[in-house]
Amino acid sequence: MSLKLENVTKKFGQFTAVDDISIEIPEKEMFGFLGANGAGKTTTFRMILGLIDATKGNITWQGKPINYSVSGQIGYLPEERGLYPKLQVKEQLVYLARLRGMDKQAALKELDNWLERFKVPDYKTKKVEELSKGNQQKIQFISSILHKPKLLILDEPFSGLDPVNVELLKEAVVDLKNSGTSIVFSSHRMEHVEELCEHLCIMQKGKPVVHGELKEIKRSYGKKSLIIHGDFSMSFLQDHPAVKKFKMTTEGVHLQIENEWAADDILKDIVGKGFIRKFMLEEPSLNDIFIEKAGASYE
Amino acid sequence: MNNFWTILWHTYWTKIKTRSFLITTIITALLFVLLANITTIIDTFSNEETPKVAVIDETNSSIDAIERIEAYTSEEVILESVQQSEAEVEEKVISGEFIGALYLTSNGDDPISGEYKSLSIADTTISSLLQTALQQIKTELTAESINLSPEQLQTLYAPVSFETTALEENAKSEEELSQARGLVYVVLFLIYFAVIMYASMIANEVATEKSSRIMEILISSTPPVQQMFAKILGIALLSVTQMLILGSIGFLALRESMSKLEGGWFEAFGFSNLSIGILVYAAIFFLLGYFLYATLAAFLGSLVSRIEDVQQMIMPMTMLVIVGFLLSMYGLSDPDTTFITIASYIPFFTPMLMFLRVGMLSLPVWEPILGMVVLIVTTIILAIFGARVYRGGVLMYGRSTSYKDIKKAIQLTKKEK
Repeated sequence: MSLKLENVTKKFGQFTAVDDISIEIPEKEMFGFLGANGAGKTTTFRMILGLIDATKGNITWQGKPINYSVSGQIGYLPEERGLYPKLQVKEQLVYLARLRGMDKQAALKELDNWLERFKVPDYKTKKVEELSKGNQQKIQFISSILHKPKLLILDEPFSGLDPVNVELLKEAVVDLKNSGTSIVFSSHRMEHVEELCEHLCIMQKGKPVVHGELKEIKRSYGKKSLIIHGDFSMSFLQDHPAVKKFKMTTEGVHLQIENEWAADDILKDIVGKGFIRKFMLEEPSLNDIFIEKAGASYE
Repeated sequence: MNNFWTILWHTYWTKIKTRSFLITTIITALLFVLLANITTIIDTFSNEETPKVAVIDETNSSIDAIERIEAYTSEEVILESVQQSEAEVEEKVISGEFIGALYLTSNGDDPISGEYKSLSIADTTISSLLQTALQQIKTELTAESINLSPEQLQTLYAPVSFETTALEENAKSEEELSQARGLVYVVLFLIYFAVIMYASMIANEVATEKSSRIMEILISSTPPVQQMFAKILGIALLSVTQMLILGSIGFLALRESMSKLEGGWFEAFGFSNLSIGILVYAAIFFLLGYFLYATLAAFLGSLVSRIEDVQQMIMPMTMLVIVGFLLSMYGLSDPDTTFITIASYIPFFTPMLMFLRVGMLSLPVWEPILGMVVLIVTTIILAIFGARVYRGGVLMYGRSTSYKDIKKAIQLTKKEK
């Protein structure tokens, strides 16, 4: 059984934040939500959690609507991070875990494990306001998973972290998935979604513009990326019929071409023009797909 | 329901452990002890030296003016007869040898009159003491001059005997009334302070959770209504704890210092033979009033995004409490007016005014019960309405703090639009 959104719409007055979205999020997988700011990701999450009601449509998890009776099985990391600034890490994590139905002793034990894993065991008795932003975020992350949720919703989990901590958190998320947690997450960073998710959904202005399995999305997109580095001017490629997009880089060009066979034509055209240091055909990046589908870059 | 208790105890414990709670309680307790012993403290400081007043006596020496004044004032001032000129005496007052100078004269029909000079006339303790003494002496002297005996004088000044009796059945006697007045006064103050202090504590608590953005997590794990009432009850428990601590300290301090006085404070405030009924009413109206205002505060607190705006947001609520308090102070002397009767059914004034009326008048039982019903119904309506606003309000992070947000907050939770 999975998390299912059927024809879900949310309107705030005249404004439609989420427009008729129907997706199915498979269980024990990681599902990525992408979209520019204001695309409706957070609103969708809030509806999944029951924080706000959908104007139209149904949201079910394991065949049942999500309400407070299952809140113990759900973990949530909100986009706007927040913990009690004046409380000790231990106090508030145990409190929040208890509100999700975990008992105190188990919560304390689990807390020690996680603090150890995130290499911050000495923060246990510190007040949250004394911690750096990145460390607060680790604590916040722990707060969303301490009670071992079956469904975990992470709104921009990696934003504001340094690369080392992003790795630490990514590993934790992957481990959770492997141990059977269904994870829905939104991210700012395309590469995180590409790396972690089997299924994804790109939202734009409340509508899902791309939705499905990552591999499938890439394959059906057709277009490929071509990177050429060389010691000669390649600006003439701009007018090549197979080139869809042309971008100069410091070492050469970054092209988007219609299909993989077009690469062959281009190679023939540039041979003899000068020394070619790199000629690489790539799968389209999610970023390319996003830019085309959503019509805007957001990085 | 489990979460309800978790939140309740969490609210209670985290609040009770704060330094500010500890400090407020200790300071207030110290204040109580200080107030209870205020007379002793003042005595220790002021008993250092009895002030001296120079007297230039130009009255008929047969009157023995100084001796007569001393009969009235010997405790507080030392009178010293001086035979110097006015200028010299005034010099001595300025130099500080005397606290003041008193000129006594008599002319014609007026057997005695006085003039008092001192560095400043702001402190009237001594001058009014002397004035009272001279008034008495003048009366004595006049009586003597028309040959009244001291007994006759006493009869002349004996207070008139005057009694008031209420004809209404069960009406409170004058004695009961003054006792009730004392208790009503104390309870009104308690309601006033509790509402102002603890209600704004709740509003702050909600606003803190909102501004620290933890609210979203809380709301996703516990229904807002449950959260709101757990918080209200948690703070109620806190207030009971604080009041018990302060009450017992105050009681002990007073018993210590009042044991010398017969009857003392307790009788003066009507605590000696209270009827149980009135205490029960006091407790009920106190609690209902607290819940009404606490619910209002929680709902107002959910509308602000920054803690700085809390005071501004709960201002109208504070105003309501103050108006209620002023009305009840007015009602203390005149509890039976139509105005007070009507106002006692306006929910936000009911806790104070209905209790005032119950305490001071002999109301039929249905009146206070109707008052309680009004309070309970209003609290429930406010809670239902508040919970909806709370649920939407806590997800709203506008910069504005206007009451239009209430509408927006409700829209946020609406299903069909």
